[in-house]
Amino acid sequence: MSHDHDHGHDHHPEPLAPIEARVAAIEAVLTEQGFFDTEMLDQLVSHFEDNLGPLNGAKVVARAWVDPDYRSRLLADGTAAIAELGFGGPEGDHMVVVENTPDVHNLVVCTLCSCYPWPTLGLPPKWYKAPAYRSRAVREPRVLLAEMGTELPDDVEIRVWDSSAEVRYLVLPERPSESEGLAEEDLVALVTRDSMIGVQRL
Amino acid sequence: MTNPLPDEVAFMDGVSALPRDNGELVFAAPWQGRAFALAVALVDRLDLPWDAFRQRLIDAIAQDPDRPYYDSWAIALESLVVSLGLTTEDALEAATPAERAPL
Repeated sequence: MSHDHDHGHDHHPEPLAPIEARVAAIEAVLTEQGFFDTEMLDQLVSHFEDNLGPLNGAKVVARAWVDPDYRSRLLADGTAAIAELGFGGPEGDHMVVVENTPDVHNLVVCTLCSCYPWPTLGLPPKWYKAPAYRSRAVREPRVLLAEMGTELPDDVEIRVWDSSAEVRYLVLPERPSESEGLAEEDLVALVTRDSMIGVQRL
Repeated sequence: MTNPLPDEVAFMDGVSALPRDNGELVFAAPWQGRAFALAVALVDRLDLPWDAFRQRLIDAIAQDPDRPYYDSWAIALESLVVSLGLTTEDALEAATPAERAPL
């Protein structure tokens, strides 16, 4: 290691651990044979690091947008309706889906730790686990949301849901008005992780 | 958005379960993320069952349970690549750099 190592921005070649060198060799050989290109691997790695996990929740939301009966079932019994689409598991045992409306905005937090429905939302983003988010989501959600880029009019009520080992929440965002006429599979692409945690409106 | 991580990778259990911190994947160094992506992308690209890799991972862990997880992962990846005839040990040896490439 060089002396002024600064988290990956070091431009000097450094000695390699044998295992790391071997992985580089495997990548070089496969790249040369045209299996991948470096850029595609870069994208994949950053995707895994930043946004990892099955965004199954987006499929749930899109279905609820196009199918009113499904939406009713989802709001009545989230776990069962989500299981209809094949998603579930230990971290999604008891799912409660809360619906945004023009007058109500829902926000999910886990004040105690970082309970999170990862069968539907993938893996939690780093900020979700940060003490600042966990405390401020309860204390001053409107300010916190504004700082995260979501400014809500004063007459929109904010409801904060505290996840636990027993209950995990998923926000059903409002369908964007410009999405009329889109097919269900195209709607899936509009649904972001942050909108299902409630820190973003679509 | 599309999700390139199949469930059978995300939800591996037992000794092959991915190291996580509170649900989030943990890579101790960039090369580990690289090795992870290579295996996932290769299996996808060749349309192999994930078990083709996973069994090798389990074997590599069994060989030396104290070895760091992604060291075993890399060994499993090499074994898969070689057994598929995509390269040889010699070619890998020749391609192994002595220094980290400048970023």
